[in-house]
Amino acid sequence: MHYAPPQLHIPDGFLNLFVSLICWAITALVLAVAISRTNKSLGERQIPLMGVMAAFIFSAQMINFPVAGGTSGHLLGGALAAIMLGPWAAMLVMTAVVAVQGLLFQDGGLLVMGANILNMGLLTAVIGYGLYRGVFGSSRPVKLVVAGIAAWLSVMAGAFATSMELWLSGTSNLQTVMFAMLGVHAVIGVGEALITVAALAFIFRTRPDLVDEKSAAGQSGRGWVVAGVLIALTVILLSPLASVNPDGLNRVAMDLGFIHVAQSGTGPFAGYTIPFLANSSVAKIAAGVLGLLVVLGLVWITGRSLQKKSESQDRPSPMANRQP
Amino acid sequence: MHSDAFDRYHHGHSPIHVLDPRIKVIVTIAFILSNALLPDGAWIAFGLAWLLILVANYVSGLGISFTFKRSFIALPFALAAVTVLFTIPGEPVASFNILWWHLVITDNGLLRFVSIVTRSWLSVQVAILLVAVTEFPKIIHALTHLRVPAVLTTIISFLYRYLFVLTDEVMRMMRARQARSAAAVGLKPGGSVIWRARIAGNMAGQLFLRSYERSDRIYNAMLSRGYNGTLMTIHPHQFRRNDVLVGVFSILVLIFIQIAGRI
Repeated sequence: MHYAPPQLHIPDGFLNLFVSLICWAITALVLAVAISRTNKSLGERQIPLMGVMAAFIFSAQMINFPVAGGTSGHLLGGALAAIMLGPWAAMLVMTAVVAVQGLLFQDGGLLVMGANILNMGLLTAVIGYGLYRGVFGSSRPVKLVVAGIAAWLSVMAGAFATSMELWLSGTSNLQTVMFAMLGVHAVIGVGEALITVAALAFIFRTRPDLVDEKSAAGQSGRGWVVAGVLIALTVILLSPLASVNPDGLNRVAMDLGFIHVAQSGTGPFAGYTIPFLANSSVAKIAAGVLGLLVVLGLVWITGRSLQKKSESQDRPSPMANRQP
Repeated sequence: MHSDAFDRYHHGHSPIHVLDPRIKVIVTIAFILSNALLPDGAWIAFGLAWLLILVANYVSGLGISFTFKRSFIALPFALAAVTVLFTIPGEPVASFNILWWHLVITDNGLLRFVSIVTRSWLSVQVAILLVAVTEFPKIIHALTHLRVPAVLTTIISFLYRYLFVLTDEVMRMMRARQARSAAAVGLKPGGSVIWRARIAGNMAGQLFLRSYERSDRIYNAMLSRGYNGTLMTIHPHQFRRNDVLVGVFSILVLIFIQIAGRI
């Protein structure tokens, strides 16, 4: 099948265990919240909708248009999904897309799937929805422009996160990978932005009832706007720093104590070691097991607390207890 | 397009085909985890892991080189790891000049690079084998049993179920676009990039609306057939003695590989 594999799908083996598990932990936590939220606000009716929407994103990624010199523009779809379906539903939809791409087509690995979901599903949804939410009630052209910017930034955020993960795993040199990834995706992002804007404009024209804001107006959206703007700013501010002056980021990582677990790409040691054990294979295994326990513990605790919250409902939310 | 157009399943009755899908999923993940845990340059362990894959290939009856032939899919990503060749300090192995850059490949860099690519290459093979010997719906079912949230597995089931329908839809749209934007031989197709992007965007928007409306019809159809929010299956999973034995044996082999990687 000639569907478009964006270059953000990291295969197994390119991230070290520690980074993979951290990404799985973040992803599992966010998804646990997303599941509990969608269970609360949506009925069983929403499940087929999200399922078919996931199939929509998957097949929409096949739509391309020729740009120049044999390259073509594609859709990643995270921002579009977030704008049309809301952030929580979009996260679940994108997770399903990334999961099937990894499981069925080996487009992206299994152990690193947490990172892939984070990069392509969660960040894109937060940026896409957050920025768009900020201009609710504005005129249509303003919304379209912001949606385009959000779509471009969502791709850049994915590329940024991918580069950071590769660097923290000691797979790539920060400066090179950041420069290459952001350079390529600055162009890919333009295709994403153009398609997203045109698709939205089409939906505005034909089914304006689907982008009705009144239903969402009741809920507070400020958190989303703040989160979206913050992530966007992080990408905008840190990426030039990383690609031009990587020492600066190294410095930050060292100050935050990151560098103990990460590898700068110049050090000879593979990642994940525990400081008080020597850098032996025992330490690595211990670190791996410890990471695994932390992940499972975090997921279990969130699961428990969310389950308690939703006990009043007829169906308790099935919580994540994922195998990393 | 047929409903299983996307499945990578190869029909068979081998001992691996009939294993419980849960065992296959667990062993696959354990194998990939084991690869991630192996230190750089553990060639004996990597070799043993490959041997395990070859044996599994052979037992599955798909041919001993089945996964090998399909394993180059993740190779382009190796580009992301190329920089370690030059940045990790060590004894120089080779050096060359590209334009004004003087690049030196070090032995430690080479070791790290080859290790990363080997890990990825082995992990991809076991993932390929998993989907070749297990029908995809059964993998999703196994994930449900392994405590992946039901909401997610249900969405994935729907995605898989309707993927071929929507892909057909996309194919028809692309064919229609092609039919309407003919270009004379040797001439560039018409329109600016912006115009072409707008057409692609309209197609995406159209596809969204069609999918949206389809999901409504699907829901109503399912409701009239007794849908209550969960998907039912008539293929229950049951562990047999054999499944447990194979599972335990595979994990033991993986532990042995870990030990071999550290001597």
